[in-house]
Amino acid sequence: MMKTWLKRTALAGCLAFAPLPAFAAGSTIVVTYKDDIATLDPAIGYDWQNWSMIKSLFSRLMDYTPGTADLVPSLAESFTVSPDGLTYTFKLRKGVKFSNGRELVASDVKYSIERAVNPKNQGPGAGFFGSIVGHEEMTAGKAEALPGIETPDEGTVIFKLSRPDATFLHVMAINFASVVPKEAVEAAGADFGKKPVGSGAFTLKEWVIGQKLVFEKNPNYYVKDTPKIDGFTVEIGQEPLVAVLRLQKGEVDISGDGIPPSKFLEIKNSPDGKDLIVDGEQLQTGYVTLNVQMKPLDDLKVRQALNMAINKERITRIVNGRATPANQVLPPLMAGYNSAYKGYAYDVAKAKALLAEAGLKDGFSTVLYASSTDPNPRIAQSIQQDLAAIGVKAEIKAIANPNIIAAGGTKGEAPMIWSGGMAWIADFPDPSNFYGPILGCAGAVQGGWNWSWYCNEAMDKRAAAADSISDPAKRNERAEAWKGIFTDIMADAPWIPVFNERRVVAKSKRMGGADNIYIDPTRVINYDAIFVK
Amino acid sequence: MFQFIARRLAVSALILLGVAAITFVLLYLLPADPAAQIAGRSGNAQTIANVRHELGLDRPLPVQFMSYLSKLAKGDLGRSYTQKTEVISLILARLPATLILMAAGIAVEVTLGLIFGIIAAINRGGAIDRLVMMACFVGVSAPQFVVALSLLYIFALTLGWFPMSGFGTAAHAVLPALTLGVLGAGWYARMVRSAMIDVLNQDYVRTARAKGISERQVIYRHALPNALLPIIAMIGIDIGQFMSGVVVVEAVYGWPGIGQLVWQAIQQVDLPIIMGVTLVSAFAIVTGNLVADLVAPLIDPRIRAR
Repeated sequence: MMKTWLKRTALAGCLAFAPLPAFAAGSTIVVTYKDDIATLDPAIGYDWQNWSMIKSLFSRLMDYTPGTADLVPSLAESFTVSPDGLTYTFKLRKGVKFSNGRELVASDVKYSIERAVNPKNQGPGAGFFGSIVGHEEMTAGKAEALPGIETPDEGTVIFKLSRPDATFLHVMAINFASVVPKEAVEAAGADFGKKPVGSGAFTLKEWVIGQKLVFEKNPNYYVKDTPKIDGFTVEIGQEPLVAVLRLQKGEVDISGDGIPPSKFLEIKNSPDGKDLIVDGEQLQTGYVTLNVQMKPLDDLKVRQALNMAINKERITRIVNGRATPANQVLPPLMAGYNSAYKGYAYDVAKAKALLAEAGLKDGFSTVLYASSTDPNPRIAQSIQQDLAAIGVKAEIKAIANPNIIAAGGTKGEAPMIWSGGMAWIADFPDPSNFYGPILGCAGAVQGGWNWSWYCNEAMDKRAAAADSISDPAKRNERAEAWKGIFTDIMADAPWIPVFNERRVVAKSKRMGGADNIYIDPTRVINYDAIFVK
Repeated sequence: MFQFIARRLAVSALILLGVAAITFVLLYLLPADPAAQIAGRSGNAQTIANVRHELGLDRPLPVQFMSYLSKLAKGDLGRSYTQKTEVISLILARLPATLILMAAGIAVEVTLGLIFGIIAAINRGGAIDRLVMMACFVGVSAPQFVVALSLLYIFALTLGWFPMSGFGTAAHAVLPALTLGVLGAGWYARMVRSAMIDVLNQDYVRTARAKGISERQVIYRHALPNALLPIIAMIGIDIGQFMSGVVVVEAVYGWPGIGQLVWQAIQQVDLPIIMGVTLVSAFAIVTGNLVADLVAPLIDPRIRAR
């Protein structure tokens, strides 16, 4: 009896003095997604599930401070820009190794970017590198290399641009600029997306197709104290509702698809709610495009009337308040946002008056396209109601995303499209990304994303001019230029900006870190920075 | 027998060819553009045109179809547009899970169907018969999502008897199989009941009873084997049904079957995967029916004689 008591007390004593680890040793976490991960090939991966994983598997010349939109050199130890903005010289960090053991050198950078641009690889990011000399020839299939990328020695990469490009450093940080080893790509062929080899904070240890991906931390990663977890497992095919139930039970650490609307209020009001929910701003705007080439939307007064008819507060209630009404193209966090701009106020009487001035006092009929995924049909109905109040009869077409994208990109097909579920989140934190594909003339083509078919040559010139202000000292001047461009675009009202949606991520209680690394503006989930408490 | 099999195989090949042709044409006519999907949001006209050319989508329809067929003859189902992985490896990766769920689901359906059908047949016309048939009716009409979530909530989340999702052990397969079994048992029960009632009215059953054989022997040794024939046919059809993917059950339980694969492919207009899964399903249906037709004579010698 005495002996047992002594033993137990001794044991308890030892445990009381056992050192507590800073964070759980051997910390691996579980992340869930509903959709299968398409590919981990940085030249082609472009959906928001694989975006974060690719960021953590590979490295790029530039990167961002976690949770922010501030550019910092990453693979590059330092860089210089010529006074005319046409030459960027990067000095590479030494001793960076790929997961196959080989050291990363300058020719790898050149190879990787040429690979992202080469039309044979069908990369969706080819267009971002448009300012590099030789880009046009390569995309036309007339050249196999980019003369604008020079590698005088193994530690230096020089980019020659055909025009000053203020977005260039952002483009050096985007996933498509990730550095890959040629021999691994050639060995894997078209399967490189399933067998990625990179130099990032994590490596892919295992991929059981259809079930899970296992990532392991890279012990030789060149950024100190990164990553903070030992690894993460991504389980796919998980219905968001079931994922959240498992999260509450402790089986899942991050529900990648967020919290389904049906569970949102329950979790928000639960005692653990504030630990589980991460709510953050995104560089996103939801809008209705008005096809300026189709009658009667070609009349400015009509478009302005429609802008004044929409009750944006009610629409934000449909998404459980996870959005703020918007009055302009850019989201509030983006440089160039015009906080003084009032936009088109919600004014039904004025809207009706404007319609009458346009000669349509009895209204007109039109079609509103929307994604068939909840909550978009409900949002479309709300818009339909608002339009009916001013005499506009809108028929709703709630169909699958690819069909809407096809309709929007066909001339004269879709008068109005609600962008929810499809567009537009910034690819990188720069105002130009909200112009080119969706409001510029280059996007108003068959298959393009400028669904309002708005093509204003004067604006295009101003946009190009703003993008040529590449001197970082003139950053404010550039932001002012963009502010002016977007404010003047709103005067033309090719869109009805509706709201800026916030992103909601569900994480388990043991996950630590500020909100902005779970909803990182450039990474979605920043696997390099999150940690277990 | 040999002639029969040879003829059926030839017909099956023709059926598969027809399925391939019709599906191919339908997908070609879709308004959604796979090239625009791949080129993504930032793709300009040049990128989209390049992608279309690389994928061979700018060739005329007959040329595209012949190219697809010639690859198919070599067993190459092409590569996914969005993943670039070979379609055959994507399907094969998910095939075991689909087959296991199919086998387990059919096992539960048939077991429950037999039990309820026999009980109903024996008590024909009575209260038990009506009760059992009502239960089957409810089972068949119940929405898959509701049943799946309810079972998950009760047995996995609250009671913790089974894992909540995933694939790997027998325990993972219980709830999904149960969901499908409960939902499909009604069809089998009704079929068993009709067949049994039919058989129980036959002369040889009356003779067996007259001989003094116990009622249980009569039912299980004499009546039931003769009532099994329609069940075999139904299983053949069911195999086809399962092979085209039971998306809802797979979604709720996180079961890595081909249903989820093809559902996502449809969202992304990934034509090679859609074609591949359609052909695999058609193949399974055709094979399932062929096997059912081959098994039937073994059960019923009367067919053999014909």
